[in-house]
Amino acid sequence: MQSERKIRVLIAKPGLDSHDRGAKVVARALRDAGMEVIYTGLRQTPEQIVETALQEDVDVIGLSILSGAHMALFPRIMELLKEKGLTDVLVFAGGIIPEEDIPELKKIGIKEVFGPGTSTETIIKYVLENAPKRR
Amino acid sequence: MFDRQKIEEIAKERERWEKTTLPNWIKQCPERQKEFKNHSGMTIKGLYTPEDIKEMDYMRDLGFPGEYPFTRGLHATMYRGRLWTMRMFAGYGTAEDTNKRFKYLLSEGETGLSTAFDYPTIMGYDSDHPIARGEVGVCGVAISSLQDMEVLFDGIPLDKVTTSMTINGPATVLLAMYIAVGDKQGVPREKLGGTTQNDNLKEFFAQKLCIFPPQPSLKLSVDIIEYCARHLPKWNPISISGYHIREAGATAVQELAFTLYDGIAYVEETLKRGLKVDDFAPRLSFFFASHNDFFEEIAKFRAARRLWARIMKERFHAKNPRSMWMRMHVQTSGCTLTAQQPLNNIVRTTIQALAAVLGGTQSLHTNSFDEALCLPTEESVRVALRTQQIIAYESGVANTVDPLAGSYYVEALTNEMEEKAMEYIQKIDDMGGVIPAIEKGFFQREIADSAYRYQREIEEKKRIIVGVNKYAIEGEEIPVKLLRVDPSVEKKQVERLQKLRRKRDNRKVKEVLEKLHYAAEKDENLMPTIIEAVKAYATLGEIMDVLRKVYGEYKELIII
Repeated sequence: MQSERKIRVLIAKPGLDSHDRGAKVVARALRDAGMEVIYTGLRQTPEQIVETALQEDVDVIGLSILSGAHMALFPRIMELLKEKGLTDVLVFAGGIIPEEDIPELKKIGIKEVFGPGTSTETIIKYVLENAPKRR
Repeated sequence: MFDRQKIEEIAKERERWEKTTLPNWIKQCPERQKEFKNHSGMTIKGLYTPEDIKEMDYMRDLGFPGEYPFTRGLHATMYRGRLWTMRMFAGYGTAEDTNKRFKYLLSEGETGLSTAFDYPTIMGYDSDHPIARGEVGVCGVAISSLQDMEVLFDGIPLDKVTTSMTINGPATVLLAMYIAVGDKQGVPREKLGGTTQNDNLKEFFAQKLCIFPPQPSLKLSVDIIEYCARHLPKWNPISISGYHIREAGATAVQELAFTLYDGIAYVEETLKRGLKVDDFAPRLSFFFASHNDFFEEIAKFRAARRLWARIMKERFHAKNPRSMWMRMHVQTSGCTLTAQQPLNNIVRTTIQALAAVLGGTQSLHTNSFDEALCLPTEESVRVALRTQQIIAYESGVANTVDPLAGSYYVEALTNEMEEKAMEYIQKIDDMGGVIPAIEKGFFQREIADSAYRYQREIEEKKRIIVGVNKYAIEGEEIPVKLLRVDPSVEKKQVERLQKLRRKRDNRKVKEVLEKLHYAAEKDENLMPTIIEAVKAYATLGEIMDVLRKVYGEYKELIII
């Protein structure tokens, strides 16, 4: 019998900013919670992120951005995911993202946005409850 | 500092107190925690007495302000003579927008400019590079050529202000542009005052805005140090930065130790250029964070000054007392700001700023209360500046020099900070210095571990953040007005740049870029050639591309 596959998560940092403290803490917390976590480092282009998601066959993508370029970069990532047929991947975001941008981001398929001060526990719970069920 | 007999008496009395008075109080009112610790993990005792500093020697460890080892301050009169420089970091949008903000800050009583650049500029890309999309002018001002720099300082005489530029990888280019603007204004180079951050080493494990591999990055930093020692006597060529190390998650001790070690590396590398330590060390400057633990921060600043003085004297045999001066800029800690109940951040910033002043800083930036959410508005920046002015003019703390000296607690903590930092310095020495330590991922791992531990403590409520894990408001609406950068900024900036490319003398640009390539391969000091290049209106991206070709690009070592 094959054991149930671990949830595979890609933590990705699009944009030019280098604030990776949050992304790394979240990556480590998800890993400690028993998930397979892939963190690809800073300054990933939308193309690189989607390529990694495809190669690594991930269930979840967490995007972290603190540069303010989310409205320029997130739509591109979502578009590419759709192009590659990765529509069942759960995408959430974190960083400095103003409240008023969230409805627009949800419209393009980003399922949740976590602001500063969110506990890793909240994020772990969210991923466990919402990751697509696969075997 | 105390005679032995007195210490023995105090010890005896303390033991008696611990057996008689203390237990009754603990029975009635048990201590709130089993253990009290600061951010660096030091155990804080309930009471400090002369016993805790009995090994101290006043003249050896404290001395007088303005004299070695400078624990009590760099200047004999400190803020009685002159207040610290209130230097607020600013920059967004186009050069015109930031020029306006600069003029506003100067009119509000600010005494020094501090420039924030946008990410494309920081990473050495022009505003029209594809990777710059969505980032132009967002987190700072976009500067792609001398033309932008001319607009940025339009109407601001460079001999009347000092300018700090937060730039590292491309620092040579931005400094070259500043020199070129000065030349155009007719300001002699020896009158240009200011600072380039230019601390490329900390990029590899803290701020992570690395362009080139470690060795050429260090070379470029040292090019500026050397060039300034020879031509720009009033310029601080480098601001050796602990701020980013701390913000990335380091403890106070790690911030102190890693920053000072970077300082050691720059001194060693500059000595290889044939300069004597006293030729350049007086212009080295430092930059620290001020976090929440009030006394820990004060102790850190005092220990930093003493430790640097000792390193310069004992390790590098400096003779000029100014070479032993640790001149520091402090910024209140951005990562302590909360998005929840943002007005609380004014209080946090006040406490942190007060620690910096009691720690004897030379200049200070106070964060605005809305910065966990967005770029600060004019109003929030004003409150932040007023915070400093209230400390300076109303609180009375600036009326005497180093008022906390002699506090048993502060002195004991200062000593412990220095000891713990020295242990790290020894460890890095044993690893063969900064670059081997970076390549092994030593700093990266240390900092990532501390960051994770800090977050765990918050989640386990071992560390309370008011408004976040205690006293949170359920369903809080955050009423902060957001300053947004107009998306037309990118368009305007790109148009200006493309127009420049058409109208400049492109043959000359090509020539000077070839010359730069040659100079980089020959390992010359690149400052003179880069000044020539910016004056020909070669762009930042073009200059950096030449260097990328010669040096290669840095590939991040990923450690989570």
